[in-house]
Amino acid sequence: MIALVARDLRLAIRAGGGFGLGLGFFLIFVTLTALGVGPTEAVLAPLAPGALWLGALLACLLSLDRIFALDREDGSLDALLTAPLPPEAVAVSKALAHWITTGLPLTVAAPVLAPLLFLPPSALPWLIAALAVGTPALSAIGTFGAALTVGLRRGSLLLSLIVLPMYVPTLVFGADCVRRAAQGLDPTLPLVLTAALTLGAIALLPFATAAALRVNLR
Amino acid sequence: MSLWEYANPRRFMALTAKVQPWCWAVAVLLCAVGLGWGVLATPEDFRMGHSVKIIYVHVPTAFIAINAWFMMLVTSLIWLIRRHHVSALAARAAAPVGLVMTAIALATGAIWGKPMWGTYWAWDPRLTSFLILFLFYLGYVALWQAIENPDAAADLTSILCLVGSVFAVISRYAAQFWNQGLHQGASLSLDAEENISDVFWIPLVITLAGFVFLFVALVLMRTRTEIRRRRLHAITLRERTA
Amino acid sequence: MEWGVSDLACRRGEALVLRGVSFRVPDGRAVAIRGPNGVGKTTLLRTLAGLAAPVAGSIDAPDEAFAYGAHADALKDQLTVAENLSFWAAIFGTGADAVSRAVQAFGLAPLLRRRAADLSAGQRRRTGLARMMLTGRPIWLLDEPTVSLDAENVARFADAVRAHLAEGGSAAIATHIDLGLDADPLNLGAFAAAAPTRADDPFAEAIE
Repeated sequence: MIALVARDLRLAIRAGGGFGLGLGFFLIFVTLTALGVGPTEAVLAPLAPGALWLGALLACLLSLDRIFALDREDGSLDALLTAPLPPEAVAVSKALAHWITTGLPLTVAAPVLAPLLFLPPSALPWLIAALAVGTPALSAIGTFGAALTVGLRRGSLLLSLIVLPMYVPTLVFGADCVRRAAQGLDPTLPLVLTAALTLGAIALLPFATAAALRVNLR
Repeated sequence: MSLWEYANPRRFMALTAKVQPWCWAVAVLLCAVGLGWGVLATPEDFRMGHSVKIIYVHVPTAFIAINAWFMMLVTSLIWLIRRHHVSALAARAAAPVGLVMTAIALATGAIWGKPMWGTYWAWDPRLTSFLILFLFYLGYVALWQAIENPDAAADLTSILCLVGSVFAVISRYAAQFWNQGLHQGASLSLDAEENISDVFWIPLVITLAGFVFLFVALVLMRTRTEIRRRRLHAITLRERTA
Repeated sequence: MEWGVSDLACRRGEALVLRGVSFRVPDGRAVAIRGPNGVGKTTLLRTLAGLAAPVAGSIDAPDEAFAYGAHADALKDQLTVAENLSFWAAIFGTGADAVSRAVQAFGLAPLLRRRAADLSAGQRRRTGLARMMLTGRPIWLLDEPTVSLDAENVARFADAVRAHLAEGGSAAIATHIDLGLDADPLNLGAFAAAAPTRADDPFAEAIE
């Protein structure tokens, strides 16, 4: 498993853009949000928690279709599924590698971009916490969607259609956590709910992902 | 002889050929009685006026929208566990019906919302849940259409249905958590019987039963079509490979 | 190890292509799978590898006994040959000495630090075949292994297979050319499936 994660990370670095693309997208999204709704703090500050979460979510979505598609094209996926590694472990490793290349950099970059949208500084720690706790769920759900659509030629649009509705709870709880923090309310409840979702997703979805992979390689 | 024998396509076709016309007849009869009674023969509600009569479409479609997904969940499980082809095809047949029912429930809700709350759309938890359910239906139907191999499609959509069900339920509670305010109370819902007097209630139940039969008839019809399509496919496959 | 299949039926996509495939392979023997394009050579190998479930019949060997070498070489362009090989060695739990033996057998030493993207087709093929040795598994399933190999490397490959057989391993090789190996021929044409029956596909009743 460690070997697989390490290989995926190395590929992300070598291929270029593994880390950078998602972050670049996040920056563009924040900039366009400001350009779209107006420059004043009165308009932007209330939008900031939702916009930051939405940006992170869409940036996550960008790289999902590559999770299994490249491995399928060059035959690696066949070899991985005949290896001693159970397919569930392949699913977990892929989700972990995806999180390290997208979710983690987004979490680190978010506090830098948050002031652009006038998010109150008091909410920054909660933004980091909510993203750190919530983005693993996005990766796990996305890996499941990628496994469902890996054999399809025009899979990426379908992938978004399948994955985005499942992102609803994480978005709701994660953004609510930051919003409450920005308004000076107690944000622990939504944070705990976000964490619960993530734990549930990590615990259960790899089995569904593995089942989908087995079907798709038949 | 067990119930499972009806999962054999030929037996299923033979049985449903007899059952289906009766389903249609009962559905049309109950809907006609229920809707006729409800729309023409009930008094106007003292608060809602004429607009209350849209519940005779709104409530049954909403009911079917949720239960169609539940039926898909059950048939998907049967396919995954017992590999009965008819079960998978029934799930496939039910999905577009559920999709349309959800759309009608949303549309009638919006039309009703205008006179009641003065707006077509409010991000009420119940409405939001239905919108999310609609999105789940869309993804499910799209996945069925995208995969060429029918058995693989049945497997993958069944897995999606299982996982999607969990997320749909969580989304429902997330929507409640997200917007607890500005609800107009339980007068909309079925579980608040005290808010709906018998005058409205009886025709509503009849219409509801009518829609259930309508749903069954539609699903049977569509499943029969899917079975015929698979048979046709088996024939063309042989023509191509022979 | 000795292994075999009995009465195997395999599907490619939706079409049933093979039926009633039975053979046994004793210790240290290879079987050469032959037949025209489309007869189901790849389908049989994928079924043996456990990537596809057999429609009927049984495979008398555990899934863990097979190593599958497909048309695609399972190499990552951005990684060097050494990185590619040590990754697969790690996944299959064989050590660094397995890598050095594989490098030796296929003459890969001069290529180790080259990225897979910069390899020629034949060099890629050799690296892909070296992966078989890293699996440490007794039964090699090889799909057209000699595509784009020159005469020298075909001989290298045949040597590697011979060494594997001498250690008590086994192999099933789908190929059109004679590798100079002493392999038992298996002509798949004899097992071509007729139309599917109701037992394979409940919707085939329409054909009857």
